[in-house]
Amino acid sequence: MADQKLVLDAKGVYYRQLNERIRDAVTGGVREIELNNVNGQRYIFTGLKGELSLKINGVPGQDMAAFMNGPSIRVEGNAQDGVANTMDDGKVVVNGIAGDVLGYGMRGGRLYIRGDVGYRVGIHMKAYKEKSPVIVIGGKAGDFLGEYMAGGSIILLGMFSDKPYAPICGRSLGTGMHGGVIYVRGPVPDTQLGPHLTSEPVDETDKARIREMVTDFALELGLDAQHILAESFFKVKPFSHRPYGNMYVPC
Amino acid sequence: MKAPHRYHDFEKDISGCGVFGVIARDRELIPGDMPIKAMCTMHDRGNGLGGGFAAYGIYPDLADYWCFHLMCDDQVGLERAEEVLKHFFEIKEAQPIPTRRTPVVTNPPVLWRFFLKVKDARPKWKERDEKDYIVSVVMHINQNVPGAFVASSGKNMGAFKGVGFPEDMADFYRLDEYKAYIWTGHNRFPTNTPGWWGGAHPFTLLDWSIVHNGEISSYGINRRYLCEHDYLCTLMTDTEVVAYLLDMLVRRHKLSLRMASWVFSPPFWDDVARMPKEQQDAFKALRMVYGSACLNGPFAILVTAGDFMMGLNDRVKLRPLVVAEEGKRVYMSSEESSIREVSGTLDKVWAPKAGEPVIATLEN
Repeated sequence: MADQKLVLDAKGVYYRQLNERIRDAVTGGVREIELNNVNGQRYIFTGLKGELSLKINGVPGQDMAAFMNGPSIRVEGNAQDGVANTMDDGKVVVNGIAGDVLGYGMRGGRLYIRGDVGYRVGIHMKAYKEKSPVIVIGGKAGDFLGEYMAGGSIILLGMFSDKPYAPICGRSLGTGMHGGVIYVRGPVPDTQLGPHLTSEPVDETDKARIREMVTDFALELGLDAQHILAESFFKVKPFSHRPYGNMYVPC
Repeated sequence: MKAPHRYHDFEKDISGCGVFGVIARDRELIPGDMPIKAMCTMHDRGNGLGGGFAAYGIYPDLADYWCFHLMCDDQVGLERAEEVLKHFFEIKEAQPIPTRRTPVVTNPPVLWRFFLKVKDARPKWKERDEKDYIVSVVMHINQNVPGAFVASSGKNMGAFKGVGFPEDMADFYRLDEYKAYIWTGHNRFPTNTPGWWGGAHPFTLLDWSIVHNGEISSYGINRRYLCEHDYLCTLMTDTEVVAYLLDMLVRRHKLSLRMASWVFSPPFWDDVARMPKEQQDAFKALRMVYGSACLNGPFAILVTAGDFMMGLNDRVKLRPLVVAEEGKRVYMSSEESSIREVSGTLDKVWAPKAGEPVIATLEN
């Protein structure tokens, strides 16, 4: 079975059975999986490790790629809530829109969404040593993007959106963030930012980072990176580091 | 104190409630199989302690009569309720609600439906309009008739609900035999109120019905406020207040659905401060008059009456809601997958903004 590609029809298969079949195949040495007719099954690729690749045709259910550590997933369709919850490493590409609380507490790896995303994306994201998670959103975002963010990067493009009249992000962007950075393509109205936050133009170091992330995002989704990079970017970063550092153990 | 051994190692309950709704804007009748199948996709959002459906257009031959679905503890409760109905109405028809014996639905209440006409010579509440009269009778039965509850009280519509998964309830109530132009469904995961037959969703009054994912933390204040306006909460579930508040705000006080949504999910004060003066004054007035009708806590609700379906979130969107269009049909659901399960190619799929209602009305 090793080195073979596994193709499964997920139509009508309950999430437990589907995940059991995936896990059995991975244990048996399969490294490449394609799932057809996925519709709402939860926890796909949750906690899986190593060099695995998965293509999903359909709409995966809640908490896809939660705690995942290494594999790459491509979704040809929309995704629901909780994608990449506490993900450690790997790459998730969604060629569509996605729901709420994506990348919650994400600790590493990359999450690319082509279109709009819901509320509370990238909240509690964190970075440690060489691990620094990245979320790139091609469309627009709801409220509380990057709330309580402690590390990593979020890039918000606002370009591939079904909501032409909406602002690029909802209210309370980056509320309570104390680490990491949020890059936004074009200016962000101050009223959309969380308390005490401001946005500022990016510098050369930022530009290099943005270029690297956007180029990869565009490559994965067949988009024109030059066109995306043609607009100026602004960044939102924390106004304080470890705001509660003195609360319990005063120095 | 030391934590118990392996305290973290338990089978986690992964539920949250699930809602689904569909409206055929051209009144095309949709067989019950469709909403049942959609709810099955979200089976794991509930835990078997509540499931239910509301359906509109199911009693076309008796569409001019008020249809009361009654849930009674026993035959005695039903007899007491029937006496009350006879007192207030002329009974056109009365029959048991058709059910099917199923192994999973144990100990169901006595379920009966009555098609009613208001008596020309009313024994009480003579000065009230017909709908207020119906509301008064429903409140009277739920409050004063032991062992009897009115599960729905509209025209050409009905609520079918109880303890079980939605698919169990659908099987039990034989919903595959009904056709409706609006369906809503609910899968319950009761958190802080009991899982009992009356407490399952939808909650209804007149033609209103509500299914809800979340919790109404303001239940206490909403309930007391409703009590001042002669709406009595007897069903021990927070969602009940939404049905009665809508009746009060929209039917009695003539607020539009959009205005009622601003009462439920008001804009933030800092957003209000940026509005033109006249709008600021309007929002302040709305808050001053209807502050006690504001819904606090997380919610995604689907509201239906005979001619529309509305989806609404709390103002910070603490529960998911997805809307999709396919030709003349509009779907609203907790999960996109449930819509995909029962539709063809969707014209449009989107997640509405927090606090902004999506209202789909019938054509014409």
